[in-house]
Amino acid sequence: MTSAEAQSSPELPSPQEPALQLHEAGVRFGDRTLWEQVNLSLAAGEFLAVLGPNGSGKSTFLKTLLGMQRLSAGTAQVLGAPVRRGSSRVGYIPQHHTLDPQTPLRARDLVALGLEGHRYGLPWASRATRTRVQNLLDDVGAGSYADRPVGLLSGGEQQRLRAAQALADDPALLLCDEPLHSLDLHHQQAITELIRRQAVERAAAVVFVTHEINPVIEHVDRVLYFARGQHRLGTVAEVMRSCVLSELYQAPVEVIEHRGRIVVFAEHLEGYHDHDPATEDQL
Amino acid sequence: MIEQFTSSFSTEDYWELFWLVRNSVITAAVLGLMGGVIGIFIMLRRSSLVVHGIAEISFAGAALALLAGVDVVAGSAVGAVAAAVLIGILSLRDRDTSAVTAVLMPFGLGLGILFLHLYQGRSANRFGLLTGQVVGVDDLQTRTLVTSAVLISIVLVLIWRPLMFVSVDPQLAAARGVSVGVLSMGFMVLLGLAVAMSVQVVGALLVLSLLVVPSAAALRVSSRPLTVVLLSSGIAVVSAVGGIMIAITGTVPISPYITTLSFLFYVGCLLIGRRRRATSVARQTERSLSKPSQ
Repeated sequence: MTSAEAQSSPELPSPQEPALQLHEAGVRFGDRTLWEQVNLSLAAGEFLAVLGPNGSGKSTFLKTLLGMQRLSAGTAQVLGAPVRRGSSRVGYIPQHHTLDPQTPLRARDLVALGLEGHRYGLPWASRATRTRVQNLLDDVGAGSYADRPVGLLSGGEQQRLRAAQALADDPALLLCDEPLHSLDLHHQQAITELIRRQAVERAAAVVFVTHEINPVIEHVDRVLYFARGQHRLGTVAEVMRSCVLSELYQAPVEVIEHRGRIVVFAEHLEGYHDHDPATEDQL
Repeated sequence: MIEQFTSSFSTEDYWELFWLVRNSVITAAVLGLMGGVIGIFIMLRRSSLVVHGIAEISFAGAALALLAGVDVVAGSAVGAVAAAVLIGILSLRDRDTSAVTAVLMPFGLGLGILFLHLYQGRSANRFGLLTGQVVGVDDLQTRTLVTSAVLISIVLVLIWRPLMFVSVDPQLAAARGVSVGVLSMGFMVLLGLAVAMSVQVVGALLVLSLLVVPSAAALRVSSRPLTVVLLSSGIAVVSAVGGIMIAITGTVPISPYITTLSFLFYVGCLLIGRRRRATSVARQTERSLSKPSQ
């Protein structure tokens, strides 16, 4: 699978170092191999979708890039340096989880935490920070609820604030962990647009973990598909095919393309129900 | 009792009496300030039950100290911090601390009862550990309590942002390089100390009235961090000091006044918050109706 990557990146070589480079990377828990021998070089501005069933190691993949999970084998470099935790050049949008309705923060306070939440010391924000927070809020279209309590905002509104937190430091690598999960269509599009903008206008590389490729399919340059300790890497057309996924799952899988959307049928596979309930939304 | 009540009501006597309990008033005020600050995090981290558990185990520590003839404040502080750290370690993996607390709490209370049973001294001391004993605070104890409370508050302010970050969004905070484990354990130690200090004023059974009720009330009416802190500290101080000021006019102990005052504040804030939320929802609906897109 390592051979697929070189041909599939459209505008290489770029003068910059790759945003993300994995060499023979693997993660093992005890005697269980989550994935191994991942070789990947992600250029600036490239959009990588990471797919796979639950428990296949998608989130662990993201954790290794965040420096929260050690590789069992191989190396991982982010922007030319070994992975380290808390890099300001890496943005992270976690999966949406609802905030407590009584959280004592306004929207602008939450965004400010994204900027300075890791700092100790007196918690007063400087004028410069307040201006930056205001600009970020306006950028993600959250200006109208900047002073509302975060706990009273809708899931989509809260997720916009998480996007604002992730984009705060103009990241060169943007890591997204199912950021559209449980959002309605309108907010899915809004969040996707924010991520796309960072990729296109600011040349950020994007790693987008999802179990549902269709909402972002037109932006995806390459797909990394994990299953059963194996993986496939390539363009959508190369990976999202019946024969490729059947080989990966070692069981018959049917991929149907319909008006630019992709539906995967694999109902008899155990632990692989991600695509089933979503079938209606996909078309 | 009525006689006593009316006789003590001449203002001159009152301020004389007030002067006698000045140590308690100072202590209560400073502990109230601290309670208002730490209470926000107790609410945010859903640790109310943990506070109660720590308090009951700190009661065991205090009872042991009483039995052994060493300083009761120190005894309860050791018990509280040990309990807090233990709960912190046992619940490090998952965030639901209530089961661990519920297991440790009766054990601690049982130990406390055993130690009190073995204690041969004045029986007033026994009851005081559970329901508060603030009137008897001497100069040295006052200094200890005030210094500790101020230190706890300062540390809380200095770790405010990372602790808030970790409490609101642990995933993101961890990704940004904040050490979630260290902060969580650090918070438990501070919480243990705060509980041990508050036990001295309102007693082990009623610690929640100083550490949780004021913040719960403040959170009902505001979501601005600074407003919530000021309001909850204010409520805690007024409840604690007000409780003492009313209590010295009669023979009823201090604790019921403090708990009643803080409860009344909570009810007031609840009603104000309800009304406000209703109007803001109405306004929001209006806005979304007039501007259907977004």
